[in-house]
Amino acid sequence: MALLEVKRLHASYGHTRVLHGIDFAMDEGSITALLGANGAGKTTTLRAVCGMVRTEGELRFGGESIAKRKTEDIARLGIAHVPDGRGTFLNLSTEENLRLGAYTRRDRKAVEADLERMYGYFPRLKERRRQQAGTLSGGEQQMLAVSRALMLAPRLMLLDEPSFGLAPLLVRELFLILRRINESERVSLLLVEQNAAMALDLADHAYLMETGRVVLAGKSSELKSNDAVRRSYLGY
Amino acid sequence: MTKRNLLLLALLLAVACVLPFIVSDYRTFQFTLVLVYATALLGLNILTGYNGQISLGHGAFYALGAYCAAILMDQAGAPYWATVPAAGAVCLVAGFLFGLPALRLEGLYLALATFALGVAMPQLLKYDHLAKWTGGVQGIVIPKPEAPFGLPLNADQWLYFFTLAVTIVMFVLAWNLLRGRIGRALVAIRDQHIAAEAMGINSAIYKSAAFGVSAMYTGVAGALSAIAIQYVAPDSFGIFVSIVFLVGIVVGGLASISGALYGALFIQFVPNIADEISKAAPWAIFGIFMIGFVYLMPTGVAGATRLLLAKRRKSP
Amino acid sequence: MDAFLFQVLAGLATGGIYASLALALVMIYQATHLVNFAQGEMAMFTTYIAWSLINAGMPYWPAFLLTVGFAFVLGVLIERIIIRPVEDAPVLVVVVVFIGLLVILNSTAGWIYTYTIKSFPSPFPKEPLFGIRYMSAHEIGAICVTLVVLSLLYAFFRFTPLGLAMRAAAQNAQSSRLVGIRVGWMLALGWGLAAAVGAVAGMMVAPIVYLDPNMMGGILLYAFAAALLGGIDSPMGAVIGGFAVGVLENVLGAFVIGNELKLTVALVLIIGVLLVRPSGIFGKVHVTRV
Repeated sequence: MALLEVKRLHASYGHTRVLHGIDFAMDEGSITALLGANGAGKTTTLRAVCGMVRTEGELRFGGESIAKRKTEDIARLGIAHVPDGRGTFLNLSTEENLRLGAYTRRDRKAVEADLERMYGYFPRLKERRRQQAGTLSGGEQQMLAVSRALMLAPRLMLLDEPSFGLAPLLVRELFLILRRINESERVSLLLVEQNAAMALDLADHAYLMETGRVVLAGKSSELKSNDAVRRSYLGY
Repeated sequence: MTKRNLLLLALLLAVACVLPFIVSDYRTFQFTLVLVYATALLGLNILTGYNGQISLGHGAFYALGAYCAAILMDQAGAPYWATVPAAGAVCLVAGFLFGLPALRLEGLYLALATFALGVAMPQLLKYDHLAKWTGGVQGIVIPKPEAPFGLPLNADQWLYFFTLAVTIVMFVLAWNLLRGRIGRALVAIRDQHIAAEAMGINSAIYKSAAFGVSAMYTGVAGALSAIAIQYVAPDSFGIFVSIVFLVGIVVGGLASISGALYGALFIQFVPNIADEISKAAPWAIFGIFMIGFVYLMPTGVAGATRLLLAKRRKSP
Repeated sequence: MDAFLFQVLAGLATGGIYASLALALVMIYQATHLVNFAQGEMAMFTTYIAWSLINAGMPYWPAFLLTVGFAFVLGVLIERIIIRPVEDAPVLVVVVVFIGLLVILNSTAGWIYTYTIKSFPSPFPKEPLFGIRYMSAHEIGAICVTLVVLSLLYAFFRFTPLGLAMRAAAQNAQSSRLVGIRVGWMLALGWGLAAAVGAVAGMMVAPIVYLDPNMMGGILLYAFAAALLGGIDSPMGAVIGGFAVGVLENVLGAFVIGNELKLTVALVLIIGVLLVRPSGIFGKVHVTRV
């Protein structure tokens, strides 16, 4: 049984239809990338999974349908979303942001242990733990956003453009940590990326989207060697 | 205006003219007040319904107009009919002046500022230092005007026709104003003020002018009410007057001229009926109707009747 | 000098009440960007409930606590049933609903309890405390109660997970949902707390101004002025603003303009703040993007 299954998914903002019947699936423990140019519908797909837009079609998480459920309930099922723009609570401190990630968890000791683990992955966050999150740099806020999502102890993590606005070195660092998290904690990752090269290096599977439809799907190795993909999205 | 509407209007006018002769003097007085409220509501509607500027303080302009009339008659010995345009002029200026700083306030903040105006007004009217003009807490008593030229009408009937004449003038004025460019500009400013400005509409002038005109209407209504009731006192002009006006335009219909009339009928006669139950009942009804109407009939009675008539026209 | 000190201290006492009410207004504004015009009437109504309980024989402090609890529930219910349907409606609709609520609460109180003025007991002794001449025991007590309530609220929001979640929901509803916070219920809770704070304010002020359905009108105006002065989205600003307005009102009233124009002072303050510095002293300046 796939962890996340999406069948004939349509999504609209008001009366404007943005997704035109997409299909994809993810297995537990995998890393999947959604690629495509601006406006392809990648962000909308992540939002659809979290119940943030109006959808029609099938949406299943761990076999259960989540199609008509509210965002907060979907989060409580174990899906953590790092939205575009990061969604940081700018007026709260770094540590308060992290603790909010664990809001729905009951296991206090494990939460404290996870907090220390986040500080282990991102020591800069520990330095700034009492600082107001809005004063953190772009890169630090991105780390904060990823950590907050991890504090949820999710089964599935959705990342919307995690490389956005980050220096290449930081992106590499971030993606290494993401791989570590996937391997050691068995967190499945679904990431939306414009930086196709890095995404295909990290992910096992990838889907290419154009104007609200999936046009190509397969293992990332396959997509990497696909001529059209290479020319349009990998630049060589 | 369509032939059918013209006919209905003529019918309405005919009924209005005949009314004082078929009902009691007290009822005539009540209908005079309906006309007064209709004018006041029209004023508030111009500002809030058409132009989207929320005012919870129009009772203050009502009071200003009423006191203008009373003071002119009491202290300057002015004839009652002259106080009406005078009150209108004073309120036009006052409204415009209040509208200038109000330009910087949006939505909720404007509502807050006007709410403060409405609450503070009675205290201002009771102020000792102004008492030699305003009559302080006791207010001012005004004599009742008699029918001129020896017309065969009693005082109540004459007052009714006088008010009717003024009301008709005000309504025609509003109708002319609102159906043309000015009306469209006001609505454009309400709905998309940035786009309106981009199209070259000087929204600052329009908004302040809307405030002035709206205050003028309500001030004229205030003056008429002072003449009809023959008495002004500070405690009759508290925040609840402003609230009653708001109820009137919500129930009658926002951005609608006929709505002013429906609303006026509502706020005049509902308390009369509800008073039997308890002193507090009319207000409870107002509150429930306010909330009920915005949930269920947001276009008010005027909008509902329009819809009803449109439906009947469609089905053969 | 004596007279001045007297006015300042009396101003602090009433200022505490304005601070509480202003805080309630700010709490709701922070979470919803709406100004609760009915806050005063909610406080008045719950104070009448306290009066009923005390009149029925209940001792003061149990009645006080029960009333605070009742106010909390009332606030939650009002948010869920009356406000939720119009949360995203145009401003005019929201204002109409608030005013409607104001009117309903006012008239219901008038209907059940009539408009005759009633006296409301103070839990504090009549004799001045420790022989202090400047403030009555009730005034000192009111300030203390206000400070206790404010401290409890501060501790709740700062140190508890629920308080953190409520702060988060008020600041960023979308991100809050993403971490599983039920934002709708956070709003309801906020209303409940605001109503409870309002109830305390009502019960503290009723012994001074006597209980009557229209008692909160002027006080609400001062609370608005205080909240705007301090910053409509700053809880600390609301509290400081409250005390400042209380002192200002008393001092101006006693020495400058006389007691009769006090409400006009509030009006001038409100309009002044809105024109000169709408974000208040401690609030954040909001830039609206075109």
